[in-house]
Amino acid sequence: MKSLFASFLADVGYQLELLVQVLVRLGSIARRRELIADQLFQAGIKVVHVVLLVGLFIGMIVALQTGIELSRFGQQDKIGTIVALSMAREMGPFITATILAATVGSALAAEIGTMAVSEELAALEVMSVDRVSFLVLPRVVSLAVMCPALTVVCDTIGIIGGGFIAESQLNVGLSLYYDSALEALQGGGWWLDLPKDVYSGLIKSFAFGVVVSIISCAAGLRATSGALGVGNATRKAVRDSIIAIIVSNYFLSWLFFQE
Amino acid sequence: MAEEPIIRFEDVHKAFGSRQVLSGLDLDVQQGETFAIMGPSGCGKSVTLRHVIGLLKPDRGRVLVEGNDMARIGRKELRELRSRMGYVFQEAALLNWLSAGDNVALPLRETTDMPEEEIVERVRDKLALVHVPDVYDKMPGELSGGMKKRVGLARALVTDPEIVLYDEPTAGLDPEIAASINQLIRELGEGLRVTALVVTHHIGCVKIVADRVGLLDGGRLHFVSTPVEFLSSSEPRLVRFLGDRMD
Repeated sequence: MKSLFASFLADVGYQLELLVQVLVRLGSIARRRELIADQLFQAGIKVVHVVLLVGLFIGMIVALQTGIELSRFGQQDKIGTIVALSMAREMGPFITATILAATVGSALAAEIGTMAVSEELAALEVMSVDRVSFLVLPRVVSLAVMCPALTVVCDTIGIIGGGFIAESQLNVGLSLYYDSALEALQGGGWWLDLPKDVYSGLIKSFAFGVVVSIISCAAGLRATSGALGVGNATRKAVRDSIIAIIVSNYFLSWLFFQE
Repeated sequence: MAEEPIIRFEDVHKAFGSRQVLSGLDLDVQQGETFAIMGPSGCGKSVTLRHVIGLLKPDRGRVLVEGNDMARIGRKELRELRSRMGYVFQEAALLNWLSAGDNVALPLRETTDMPEEEIVERVRDKLALVHVPDVYDKMPGELSGGMKKRVGLARALVTDPEIVLYDEPTAGLDPEIAASINQLIRELGEGLRVTALVVTHHIGCVKIVADRVGLLDGGRLHFVSTPVEFLSSSEPRLVRFLGDRMD
């Protein structure tokens, strides 16, 4: 138990140190633009179809589950508002970050872990190549950008999916559904005139993108012992990322919505 | 007065867990000298090289490179020192997502302000030097083991280093290419006074490249001598080691 706790503290310490190293190197973003563009493609375009599919069904599930209960009280016309706010506040950011942890985060850990066990990281060190700037920074920046962007995609397709259910299962007209959904997502906020429900979700997504990328890169950098070590690093990256997403989600939600 | 050695090991001890790898290793390599280390698998030859470039630190003793204690050297000084060193990895250690040319160009692009045209020209020269002139745009996955090895060698030489560390430079190469690589290492030592530490299992390599050679066994160097004396020695331990390697 004691060694587990010590190992947990060592992991968190290493991740925080890596985060600080990335922040210190933010000035290198322009120099790393080609690597960042490549990572944006890996973290965004290659994952967008998964986000579209999962987001669509999440929106449909939210609409179905809440719509059934609302219809018992004759309140099903509120379904647009509920789906829109659920997607924007929680489901969109959480689902997108989880998809990115499972797809991109695992790939990051495996890629960097393979580099670690095949001496490529040692080669970078020998050549005095700054591996944080060269390897980690582009991956953190790309996930920090793509996570909010994909969250918008997830929110949008989820609301559209909810609309299918509203019309086909709950007898709520599409125009009423979309009017209430759009009304819930408009005005009243301080940032780009967005309501807190939307910008809080986007800020959370940004934080999740950073968390997933840092945890995954850290797991890869610390991989040892050949293929087994790479497997362990990948598993650890996905597990720790999902735990960190959930824990940080609670605290960020508390920060935004505490009364 | 004797010249200060470029590389010096003073009573170096290194263990990994309960396994003692180096047990009081002493070694001096003079400027322009090529020193070869032979020894059974797992005896600590690569570990010795890694101490020289600062990838490992000794548990006890000192490793000095140009007078710098590699365990205490500052980050900036280490970077400066490494910029004058090259390291040929046993498995080449090429980055899989960069082409062979980009792999070789990496140290120049990352650590110098050299114009891109000059970098490309220098990279093409080094690839030609190691007999793989046509692989610039090929990805590591498209190269054979021997070609990867030579690209790794080109990468180590692209900065025109003063000290080169070779970890099995000719392993996996056919005899003709191995002989030309051995000749290249020899020429670097003789012509450019490059100091080299070579870890190898190949007697042919030792014969051509080494000024001195030693057997690493039990964590220490034994029988340090010229290749001729080393290979003709009648010491039982050496005869046993060299017995099945007389190529």
